[in-house]
Amino acid sequence: MKMLTHLQSLEAESIQIMREAVSESERPVMLYSVGKDSSVMLHLAVKAFYPSKPPFPLLHVDTTWKFREMYEFRDKLVTELGLDLLIYQNPECIELGINPFTHGSAVHTDMWKTQGLKQALDKYGFDAAFGGARRDEEKARAKERVFSVRSAQHRWDPKQQRPELWHLYNVRRSAGESIRVFPLSNWTELDVWQYIHHEEIPIVPLYFAAPRPVVERDGALIMVDDDRMPLEPNEVPVDRSVRFRTLGCYPLTGAVESDADTLTGIIQEMLLTTSSERQGRVIDHDSSSSMEKKKQEGYF
Amino acid sequence: MSHAATDLLATDIDAYLQLHERKTMLRFITCGSVDDGKSTLIGRLLYDSKLVFEDHLMALEADSKKVGTQGEDLDFALLVDGLAAEREQGITIDVAYRFFSTERRKFVVADTPGHEQYTRNMVTGASTAELAVILVDARSGVLTQTRRHSYLVALLGIKHVVLAVNKLDLVDYSQTVFEAVEADYRTFAADIGLGDITCIPLSALKGDNITELSAHTPWYQGPTLIGHLETVEVEDDIQDGPFRLPVQWVNRPNLDFRGFSGQIVAGSVRPGDRVTVLPSGRESTVAGIVTADGDLDEAVAGQSITVTLTDEVDVSRGDVLAAASEPPAVADQFEAHIIWMDEQEMLPGRPYLMKIGTRIVGATLAHPKYKINVNTLDHTAAKTLELNEIGVANINLDRPVPFDPYEQNRYMGGFILIDRFTNGTVAAGLLHFALRRADNVHWQAIEVNKEAHARLKGQGPCVVWLTGLSGAGKSTIANIVERKLHEMGRHTYLLDGDNVRHGLNRDLGFTDVDRVENIRRVAEVAGLMVDAGLIVLASFISPFRAEREMARQRLEEGEFVEVFVNTPLATAEERDRKGLYAKARRGELANFTGIDSAYEAPLDPEIRIETSQISAEQAADVIIDYLRAARRIL
Repeated sequence: MKMLTHLQSLEAESIQIMREAVSESERPVMLYSVGKDSSVMLHLAVKAFYPSKPPFPLLHVDTTWKFREMYEFRDKLVTELGLDLLIYQNPECIELGINPFTHGSAVHTDMWKTQGLKQALDKYGFDAAFGGARRDEEKARAKERVFSVRSAQHRWDPKQQRPELWHLYNVRRSAGESIRVFPLSNWTELDVWQYIHHEEIPIVPLYFAAPRPVVERDGALIMVDDDRMPLEPNEVPVDRSVRFRTLGCYPLTGAVESDADTLTGIIQEMLLTTSSERQGRVIDHDSSSSMEKKKQEGYF
Repeated sequence: MSHAATDLLATDIDAYLQLHERKTMLRFITCGSVDDGKSTLIGRLLYDSKLVFEDHLMALEADSKKVGTQGEDLDFALLVDGLAAEREQGITIDVAYRFFSTERRKFVVADTPGHEQYTRNMVTGASTAELAVILVDARSGVLTQTRRHSYLVALLGIKHVVLAVNKLDLVDYSQTVFEAVEADYRTFAADIGLGDITCIPLSALKGDNITELSAHTPWYQGPTLIGHLETVEVEDDIQDGPFRLPVQWVNRPNLDFRGFSGQIVAGSVRPGDRVTVLPSGRESTVAGIVTADGDLDEAVAGQSITVTLTDEVDVSRGDVLAAASEPPAVADQFEAHIIWMDEQEMLPGRPYLMKIGTRIVGATLAHPKYKINVNTLDHTAAKTLELNEIGVANINLDRPVPFDPYEQNRYMGGFILIDRFTNGTVAAGLLHFALRRADNVHWQAIEVNKEAHARLKGQGPCVVWLTGLSGAGKSTIANIVERKLHEMGRHTYLLDGDNVRHGLNRDLGFTDVDRVENIRRVAEVAGLMVDAGLIVLASFISPFRAEREMARQRLEEGEFVEVFVNTPLATAEERDRKGLYAKARRGELANFTGIDSAYEAPLDPEIRIETSQISAEQAADVIIDYLRAARRIL
């Protein structure tokens, strides 16, 4: 008897979820954030529909404040895979010049990401959107559905979540409603890294340690990725060997000091120094911004 | 994580990763209430597997001091309890999924709270679980809730059970207490048909027999909890069964490739295997098993694959590819267990949607034969099922589906019911067997009258009667309305001169007497169709008020919707597509309405359409909007 490994089981489950979503929606889209979870999700999508190409475009809700290496990686990968990539930047943010320094991380994230996402979904009329969120990311996500219904206003109503039994997902929705689909629901951070290792999935080099110019702010190491970042008089960027555990807008993403410059090195370091992943994300530390609240407002 | 593994992690990461990439996965559910120490147990499993991260741990230490119940010790329950906050926010308390991992297995734990909405949540969590950990407090033993949990575990087809006799530290690690609880439980479990049972004495709080055998229980030589979870074999049942692949998606990248994608839910498949496509029953041979990692020699239950066949047989989403030697049965009437999950009670006779495998069909339920008290397992009579109630009822589908009994394969016999209007998931069900014709007699318990016909179709039957001059645009509008209703899944029929005059009424001419008889017959036919539950579109000049009134009288209040399609005679005559007005003017056509025969315009029609002001398309929308407002369609 052949026993599937846990990675094979997770892969098969994610593929089943993606095929269900595509079969029962009119205009699916995959949200692509360039991070490692997006890389895994995209890899699974290529597998799910092979030899066809994934029958949906990718959507990057951009903030213009991502790391430069993320943009390079994104453009190269999409060209190589021959996929459609839609890039959406909230025009209001461009006009107002919304940025994390002047407006703060909460406004920046809400305007570029949450509002931007809603605008993009409305603009293209997508009725199903894949996201890379995992249940292990934090307590509030542990009960999130794989298929999550959103109202025409993109709101999440925790009282209207549908029970999910067996592999039977109810993808039906009323006019205007859309569905968020989370194929990586049952993956943990360790699973994601192991799968990247096993499948040799390309990821943004920022995950690997390298000397990078950083300044220390409020206890976090922030990389000075371009000259848009205003420096305090006493701040001088110093090259330190750092890497990133999660990727987002560079002014909001703390680096960790590390010498791990290989994939196995990263996994080893992660397992030996166990501090959880979202710690590096500045947005989670905003006092009023519980994940629950963000979700209700339409954040992924 | 054992010391050996930690060493390996530090010294040889490649060897460590290889070890971990060979892990298998186990999904289990924990049943019990907070009082049994369930949260503490799950917290302990997460903690002992060392997958509690440093910052979580610091938060745990702080919380334990602040709100913990364990004095200076860590309160593991705080790792998983988020429920108090959820309650305050009014969020539905339901299934939470937690994850932990050892060197041998990854675990997905479905954690359901012990009280509110219990049945619905536990059934949901149990539906994907391969094993159940049922907790009891050693001090209280097997309670009513233990029986309830065990019954649901048995019902949902979980074949492996761990009875975790917890809080053994509070009974001085007494062997006598443990053995009494075990004996009691085994007797009960045998009654409800639970199979493989392992009883383990535990203290989740103190960590006894979780990962290592405890010195406090030298009399116990069985496995530790983790030891058992790591090694129990659970996959044999579905792997050994006959091949089943519900088709999710037809894979057509180009004209030369046609594959069928899905996840195998039973058995295995190899190229060259004979397969049957169900429900059509056509046979073919597997040509290849295609994946992005290359073609496979064999694929087994659990894998998501794409299969190609040697012949060009018709296969679509919703079909099942199955071993030709042992195909599943195909049927449209069943007896099923129904677990009701919606605030709105079950409505026998109402059309629901059923999703089974990858197929969605229409389904109606008969009145339950009985409902089951999950505490006593007694059967009681029931007219309906309410939220969290379980019963047995016959179910009738509008198309046949391939299935295996739930006991044999949960993915071939489990289904959900969806409300057509709210789109919510209202129930889960388990198919056991198809009804033979002889069993169908009691199906007649529901009287098949107009209301029953209408319920089955999910619409309010009525006649939309379009009246107006020849050439006013009645048929054009009626056709658009019918097309739109059809697209909405409504059941309709269009009656007009074309399909009535050539058959039913071909003996009638155009004298006033014949016109009256024509309309009388049309009204009767339309009335019968309303009895059959249809939305009828009748498009007739019907020049006389009295006959239209007669048609109205044939029906019940609200079922007759008179639509006056008003076009000035001059306009109609100018359009004259069929050249009839010209003929009439030339005197070649006698009794032509508007020329030498009267048209009596409606005095108070439900809908009035001025064709000089709106298009036929807009007129159709006016009619659809009216039907919606009148709740004839939803």
